[in-house]
Amino acid sequence: MGSYVPSTPAERQEMLNAIGMKDYRDLYHDVPQSMILNRALDIPSGMSELEVGRAVASLAEKNKRFSTILRGAGAYDHYIPSIVKYIPAKEEFLTAYTPYQAEISQGVLQSIFEYQTMICELTGMDVSNASVYDGATAAGEAAAMCKDRKRTVTLISAAAHPDVINTVRTYCYGSGTELRVVPVKNGKTDPDALREMLVDEVASFYLQQPNFFGQLEDAEAIGKLVHEAGAMYIMGCNPIALAIMKTPRDCGADIAVGEGQPLGMPLSYGGPYLGYMTTTTKHMRRLPGRIVGETVDSKGQRAYVLSLQAREQHIRREKASSNICSNQALCALTAGAYMAAMGPRGMAEAARQSMAKAHYLADGLCRIPGVSLKHEGPFFNEFVTVLPCGDKALEALESAGILGGLPVEGGLLWCATEKVSKAELDRSVQIVKEVLAK
Amino acid sequence: MNYPVDLKYSKSHEWVKMDGDVAVIGISDFAQNALGDVVFVNLPQDGDSVSAGESFGDVESVKTVSDLISPVSGTICQVNEALLDAPEKLNQDAYGAWIMKVKNLDGEEELLDAAAYEAFCAQEG
Amino acid sequence: MKLIFEKSVPGRGCSLLPACDVEETSLPENLRRATAPALPEMSETDISRHYTELCHNTYGVNCGFYPLGSCTMKYNPRIDEEMAALPGFTGVHPLAPAHATMGCQEVLNLTKKYLCEITGMDDMTFQPAAGAHGEFTGVLLIKQYHDARGDAKRKKIIVPDSAHGTNPATAAMCGFEVVNIASSPDGCVDLEALKAALNDETAGLMLTNPNTVGVFDENILEITHLVHEAGGLCYYDGANLNAIMGVVRPGDMGFDCIHVNLHKTFATPHGGGGPGAGAVGCKGFLAKFLPQSASMQGDGHIQVRGFAGNFLVVVKALTYLMTLGREGIPEAAQNAVLNANYLMQKIRNTFQPAFDRTCMHEFVLNLEQLKKDTGVSALDVAKSLIDYGMHPPTMYFPLIVHEALMLEPTETESKDTLDWVAEVFRKLYELAHEDPEFMRAAPHNARIGRPDEVRAARNPVLRWRNV
Repeated sequence: MGSYVPSTPAERQEMLNAIGMKDYRDLYHDVPQSMILNRALDIPSGMSELEVGRAVASLAEKNKRFSTILRGAGAYDHYIPSIVKYIPAKEEFLTAYTPYQAEISQGVLQSIFEYQTMICELTGMDVSNASVYDGATAAGEAAAMCKDRKRTVTLISAAAHPDVINTVRTYCYGSGTELRVVPVKNGKTDPDALREMLVDEVASFYLQQPNFFGQLEDAEAIGKLVHEAGAMYIMGCNPIALAIMKTPRDCGADIAVGEGQPLGMPLSYGGPYLGYMTTTTKHMRRLPGRIVGETVDSKGQRAYVLSLQAREQHIRREKASSNICSNQALCALTAGAYMAAMGPRGMAEAARQSMAKAHYLADGLCRIPGVSLKHEGPFFNEFVTVLPCGDKALEALESAGILGGLPVEGGLLWCATEKVSKAELDRSVQIVKEVLAK
Repeated sequence: MNYPVDLKYSKSHEWVKMDGDVAVIGISDFAQNALGDVVFVNLPQDGDSVSAGESFGDVESVKTVSDLISPVSGTICQVNEALLDAPEKLNQDAYGAWIMKVKNLDGEEELLDAAAYEAFCAQEG
Repeated sequence: MKLIFEKSVPGRGCSLLPACDVEETSLPENLRRATAPALPEMSETDISRHYTELCHNTYGVNCGFYPLGSCTMKYNPRIDEEMAALPGFTGVHPLAPAHATMGCQEVLNLTKKYLCEITGMDDMTFQPAAGAHGEFTGVLLIKQYHDARGDAKRKKIIVPDSAHGTNPATAAMCGFEVVNIASSPDGCVDLEALKAALNDETAGLMLTNPNTVGVFDENILEITHLVHEAGGLCYYDGANLNAIMGVVRPGDMGFDCIHVNLHKTFATPHGGGGPGAGAVGCKGFLAKFLPQSASMQGDGHIQVRGFAGNFLVVVKALTYLMTLGREGIPEAAQNAVLNANYLMQKIRNTFQPAFDRTCMHEFVLNLEQLKKDTGVSALDVAKSLIDYGMHPPTMYFPLIVHEALMLEPTETESKDTLDWVAEVFRKLYELAHEDPEFMRAAPHNARIGRPDEVRAARNPVLRWRNV
């Protein structure tokens, strides 16, 4: 069996003797005897490192590997620079706790401060927190930030990711806030419906950009509608798109959040990911989660600390607006290293190539008789096709090691990133064409 | 510790000064001392109504937060927004750094005069 | 240390992407970004050295003793990292068809099976990403349970005053009114206070056992019975499961739902604050209320995060569970408790334990007397420990002990280390009496001295700006 207890049996006995006990059972004398588990756990015996390595690797092998991924829908297969993988693997970053003790945590604190700055740069917003669990929880926390005694209704676009809608619904269920979903028209949020739904009780509206169907919303005009109704405007933005797309700040957002996974995190069956969360100076003190701030130490040197802590649960207890007391520090570190490695030009290049390749794929697919785009509006790197025999096409693609578009209502939602080559796209189109020709 | 005689005090450590029919409200020297360095004040909004004995905001120090309890009932007619940028004024000049002014007064908590309040603070330690 | 932005040189960069091999497209003009984000421009050498410098100014479990009470800073095995980095896991799209993700599903199912056996629960979700997030999920199970029965009166959650701050914050986030009840002097539930708080408005009780002062509440069966009798449910905060895994099961104590911190008890690393995983287990009658992902499984359930949670963290925990197995799990718990009691015994002739009895996996020191005698506070002792190359214990928690230091050595520390730690505490006790001023200025050998937290909070500087 495996064990990470360093003390030898002789040492353990010596320690037991030192505290006046005969054996381990004495340590649990406060536990009512009737409750003690008087049997071995019904799980397998422990294993050596070599054996366990084999066993877990055999589980990984049960997954099918796709060499080409043309599916996004909230999880994007961007290129991850090699250096980015080595940084969060450094043992000190990996094994440290939340940096409560600033004197011996300046490294991780500075990495978060740098992450906050980069996210502010990307979004154009004033203040970023140290990150939250993922994009969906960031949306839930953002909605919770906005409600007050008079404004108790939250609005969300039906063109947001289904997991985001469902998570926000759950956060609203918890806090007793009503969630109303604004319908979609032609693949985009229906502005007329939104205008009607923006009643006095509405605290906030959440818009995803680009939206779940890949369409680019007219985010600035929608922001004006929201503000005219006196509500807060929350935008959920793809961070890669932000390298070239109008910032949420310039679209009038009060809060900008999003899924940070595209910033250097692998797909990993859904996690760990990263929720970024930003706001304006005006709403800074309502922002939940950890925030790192700059100060000086007792000798006047620049130093970083966890700041604005009086917002948080360990001080406010039941009066805190959120119970979050951690961030995804290692993922924030990854995102920081990713943005540093890519730099402003590399980020923009990844965004432009993703967009170009998605358009190339869309053109190729739409040249196949019977295939068309479901929505006509501009898109970034995702789009929906109307395509007969979608299941057969996906099967044929899968046998060639290609993960095709995601079946969504009445079509397939495709995605391309800078990682796929023209040759892979041509091959994918050819396979679909052959299926449909049959 | 300083207990000006021209003020009234609540047991939750706010002071009240009457200025005509307007009540000016702040926190006492004893309160600011107990809180330590004040880093932020969550202020109410002009025009909000307040009730005696109920919270109208809070003051934050680095590691604590304390509710501000209104000693009177009425309508807020002014808040001291200078405190948003300079919360340290509550530490430096507790009786100069008023927090809010309340008009249309229609009720108050039991208020103590300076001597009674000083005795009360002595008990609280 | 310079910030990464201060090391940036315009024109530098890494060569990462090939030229675009398809025709370029561009965004409509009204959707284009006005100016490029001011991200750093760095060579790969610059980046590597920058993060290595940050790494050298970060203290991890790999650096030395890390007795952070209630955080279970045990050693994080590297095989767990290696398994989580397998391309067969990292390359899996969460919305790939189910038949292509059999390995991932088996990881989740096996981990669920093992953890249900360890906790005495029937079902489990891995969607919550942290302990607090698990609490949120667990309390929502309680809320749905009462809602489904149409029992609208139950609006109150009982929380002992010794609880972690997350407990009341969670209950409030779930729309419940928090009823704080006083603890008995040893941090256990005061049965009379509990009885007085229970009524037909009680939705449930949130409890940590062993409790937040490291004591096993011996009345636990009566406590859960009383709550059930009043129609409420019992939530187990798994913060302290490391003391009892394989020895006693929360399910057998009468709890209905529970969260388990994989990043504490099951050895997955904390990563400087996350990612963790707050798996939530429950008894069968609550299973239908567990969260699901709308995009993976469809609508109709609550959902607390996108997709299936922090999957790779579950891979790490499973690797750990398979390594320890049925023998290693209780062995870890027993040695965590042994190490804590041994260290308490070695320290007690100088620093006073707040509760003079056998502890579980952690114990609290009460430094009130030391502060009275010397002026040296718990904070000063904590900061002085840094100069000896160890991480300070948890300070000023639980709130019911003033001048508290809470130590949790965990099972992965050796007797030698504990003997050395006791020696350091003895030296500091003497130093506190000889040179208290020196301790009040500690640490002396760290990268920085004590930071000015008041300045940070009064004048928030939360991002770098080029001035």
